[in-house]
Amino acid sequence: MTLLAIDWTLLIEKLVLIAVIITASLVIAMYATYGERKVAAILQDRVGPNRAGPFGLLQPLADGMKLFFKEEIIPNTSNKLLFVLGPCLAMLTAMMTSAVIPWGNEIHFTLFGADRHIPLQIADINIGVLFIFGVVSTGVYGIMIGGWASNNKFSLMAAMRGASQVISYELAMGLSFIALLMLTGSLSMKTIVEQQVHGHWNIIYQPLGFLIFLICAFAECNRAPFDLPEAENELNFGYHQEYSSMKLGFYLFAEYINMFISSVIMATLYFGGYDVPFLNEANLPVNIAALIGVVALLVKAFIFIFIFMWVRWTLPRFRYDQLMNLGWKSLIPLALVNMFITGAVILWRQG
Amino acid sequence: MQPLTKKVKQLERKPMTLLERIYLPSIFKGMAITFSHIFKKVPTIRYPEEKRPFAKVFRGLQVLNRDEEGRERCTACGLCALACPAEAITMEAAERQRGEENLYREEKYAAKYEINMLRCIFCGLCEEACPKDAIYLSETFAPANYKRKGFIYGKEDLLIPDPLTQPEEYEKAKGERAPATH
Ligand code: SF4
Ligand code: SF4
Repeated sequence: MTLLAIDWTLLIEKLVLIAVIITASLVIAMYATYGERKVAAILQDRVGPNRAGPFGLLQPLADGMKLFFKEEIIPNTSNKLLFVLGPCLAMLTAMMTSAVIPWGNEIHFTLFGADRHIPLQIADINIGVLFIFGVVSTGVYGIMIGGWASNNKFSLMAAMRGASQVISYELAMGLSFIALLMLTGSLSMKTIVEQQVHGHWNIIYQPLGFLIFLICAFAECNRAPFDLPEAENELNFGYHQEYSSMKLGFYLFAEYINMFISSVIMATLYFGGYDVPFLNEANLPVNIAALIGVVALLVKAFIFIFIFMWVRWTLPRFRYDQLMNLGWKSLIPLALVNMFITGAVILWRQG
Repeated sequence: MQPLTKKVKQLERKPMTLLERIYLPSIFKGMAITFSHIFKKVPTIRYPEEKRPFAKVFRGLQVLNRDEEGRERCTACGLCALACPAEAITMEAAERQRGEENLYREEKYAAKYEINMLRCIFCGLCEEACPKDAIYLSETFAPANYKRKGFIYGKEDLLIPDPLTQPEEYEKAKGERAPATH
């Protein structure tokens, strides 16, 4: 019967880890909304939210409360099931990607006399990056279903825009990632980070690849300058126009979680993940090293989030044909060239 | 076609150079500009805590004045109401009775004096029209209110406190723009 035995401690461990990571990403996404408003304000010489609590720090809570107390409206003509499914899917896919991200190294502690080594990663699957790509591309269903179920021209148009945009940019993103893949030879996020901890960060080998990846990440998150799906002034509010209350909150929230997760992914793939430069983690106690690693990863992610916001408050929105031109005629060829160059260099170095 | 004005400017429409077509240099330039704004001073005035001083010529809420003996100066002549372009002022006159000399300076006084602050445009013409220096515009403004009714200011809202019985309140309410008493 030992075949079927479940490692209960492992299960609990993972559940705790999942709970912590989900809570953390929710809180970070919550404060990303605050951060966005503050960054926008500062870049525009304004003050930003400063009424709720000291420095307006309670603003996200107030916003959340407000959303909760708003009336839930489901339009009569909408498809009720899909209408509810849309935001759920958006939220779900946004949260799911965090599963394969290595948040830090192992932590060690003793529980009930047993030594436990807990890797700070929910699942180290060997196709981690593929998983992320897969989940991210399902994310477009959240938009698509939401837009479709609203039964409204603007929402549908926005959803179509969103879907085509995400699909187009996913291609370039994948291609730019293949170049990185050829270097690392692994799809596991953990392995990719380990290689960077011992060697150099991938950004040194793949600057062009990173640039393409960054631009595509903007597009995948539907962030300005690629925020065509929600383009307020053209499509009212895009695919979440008919949504109210917490369902709208979910959509808005999913955007911020996506932003956070893609920042973390960029930090992991190109900037050494939880690696701290010029610091030899092996000399430190394991737990402290792991903690520093987590903080390092978060700091890197926050820098990326800031860049996301900075770009949003600098650049105007692309026109739709410009968006498609950029995606298909510039980024994909560039990514292909990058791939070929990387391949050639690898072959040349192998002799 | 003949241009209609001399201001027509011929644009040069050259095809973009490669550097321009990459966009990135201009994007970075733009981002540098927005980034530099992080270090700029915020001109915001955090209102309820911080107030901007009014200009010297600011005209705000009307004040019905009293003379140095604390008597109401208004004689209900109606010139202010006549001058008012917004027709914001209404009043009812009454005759001063014997024994009320310490209350009203003139023999006729305003029993009722109302200004509708929603109509008033704070032009100050009432102040200019008044022959008795009985009304002037101060440096405060009419605060927000929930009801329209609350914007109709009666005599009790407009009249300045008595300088003899309430000297402190009088000094506070007087403001910079009060006409010199004589
Ligand atoms: S300030 Fe002008 S508008 Fe207001 S009551 Fe006086 S005259 Fe009328
Ligand atoms: S405030 Fe002046 S102008 Fe108006 S009724 Fe009184 S005395 Fe006459």
